[in-house]
Amino acid sequence: MAKKLNTCSSLYTPKVMATFKNPHNFGRMKNPDGVGKIGNPVCGDVMHLYIKVAKNKKREEIIKNIKFETFGCVAAISTSSMITDLVKGKTIKEAMRLKKDDIIKSLGGLPKLKYHCSVLAVDALHKAIEDYRKK
Amino acid sequence: MKKIYLDYAATTPVDPRVAKAMLPFLSQKFGNTMSLHSFGQEAKLALEDSRQVMADMINAKPNEIVFTSSATESNNQALKGLALSERSESKGKNHIIISSIEHHCVLESAEWLKSQGFKITKIPVDKYGMVNPKDIGKGIRPETILVSIIHASNEIGTIQPIAEIGKICKQKKVYFHTDVSQTFGKILIDVKKMNIDLLTASSHKIYGPKGAGLLYIREGIRLVSLLHGGGQENGLRSSTVNVPAIVGFAKSAEICKKEMLKEGKRLTKLRNKLIKNVLKIKNSHLNGDPIKRLPNNANFRFDFVEGESLVMRLDAEGIACSTGSACSSMTLEPSHVLLATGLRPEQAHGSLRVSLGRWTTEKEIDQLIKVLPEIIRQLRQISPYGKKA
Repeated sequence: MAKKLNTCSSLYTPKVMATFKNPHNFGRMKNPDGVGKIGNPVCGDVMHLYIKVAKNKKREEIIKNIKFETFGCVAAISTSSMITDLVKGKTIKEAMRLKKDDIIKSLGGLPKLKYHCSVLAVDALHKAIEDYRKK
Repeated sequence: MKKIYLDYAATTPVDPRVAKAMLPFLSQKFGNTMSLHSFGQEAKLALEDSRQVMADMINAKPNEIVFTSSATESNNQALKGLALSERSESKGKNHIIISSIEHHCVLESAEWLKSQGFKITKIPVDKYGMVNPKDIGKGIRPETILVSIIHASNEIGTIQPIAEIGKICKQKKVYFHTDVSQTFGKILIDVKKMNIDLLTASSHKIYGPKGAGLLYIREGIRLVSLLHGGGQENGLRSSTVNVPAIVGFAKSAEICKKEMLKEGKRLTKLRNKLIKNVLKIKNSHLNGDPIKRLPNNANFRFDFVEGESLVMRLDAEGIACSTGSACSSMTLEPSHVLLATGLRPEQAHGSLRVSLGRWTTEKEIDQLIKVLPEIIRQLRQISPYGKKA
């Protein structure tokens, strides 16, 4: 049965789908300053976040580079990509203030059932920063 | 780009021949089968003709066929109706056997019966999703009412040894119900030869309309009714009869019967080509039985990738399939069928079901074979697993 292509999805927003199909900052980072590895106990998704930290002119610590690796659904991959975009270049202080709702808003919304994916991204970021601070 | 539908196990388009047969029953022959006048009798005749067609499909008598709204309703009616009837007849029976890979409507009906004091045994399956009939024989107790086993899995396509199970149930004098939603019209079914007491089939899986199903009930078996009212369908299933859908269901069954052998061979050939080529992808596996499976079903799993992502990437390429991944379910749990075959949750995570049908062409299969490796490669690039450290 062949039909004309219609790419709209009632499940995900166009922004989510665009991010999912063309994610930013994915892959493993060599010699990261901090790593946050987190598994989702709800559905089984797994997210790894890698950060490189540097200092800006004001001598504040900033997230100079960030990469992710995710084994998960459309929401998990798009929230991973979005969080890297949102915190790249930001100070660690600013990054720590990022909430799951900021990610959801930037993606134009997520299905309620998938909110936990954005929690996963925030948790992974916090873990990566924590890991950096330990070093 | 043309869209390619490879999710025929979920639902099928209505065959134009079926739609044509249904059309007069919408606005012209619209009567209520319970009416005495000619409008009603015209509808009643169409209903009874349809019943005869369905009886002939499975070697039953017309009075043994009850039309319902869906396979879900039929399965609910079979399990609850029989369980409640056998308990009310004070035979002291309270035990039901099902398999661990039943459709949700059987699982949930059994769960509900459990809440009403019935005992439920779930028979496990092997790694191919196959039930061992000996396990059923061993599971039957004096208080067992019913054994209900799905003919072929809607997810992994494994076809169960239904005749053998039917024989055991007959010997042990317990009722045997089977849900044939995925095999009806695809594989020959004979309720006498297979010793089937109750059987569920569905219209929308065989190019008929949604909203029609049937329950075969062997003559002499009494069920407690779930819908009370005007007494349609021999008093078992009150509701104004959905004549257009039932006429369509019967027409779709007739077409399937006529084309069954040829279509089965055609689909098996296409499916085998698909399986052979997809398994060339590294770290890919086939779920379900390699031989005893539905002619139109292929179910794969790919390590290190997640099924919902896979389905959505394929959808972006215009190809519609489905997955048993936790992410795609409303409960966020992986497919109970895949878990029952012994897979770990993370393995079930990467499953992809491809189901072929009447309008599937070799060109469409070739297109899937062409785009799938690259999609999996890209998703694996994003995944933390399956790479060298």
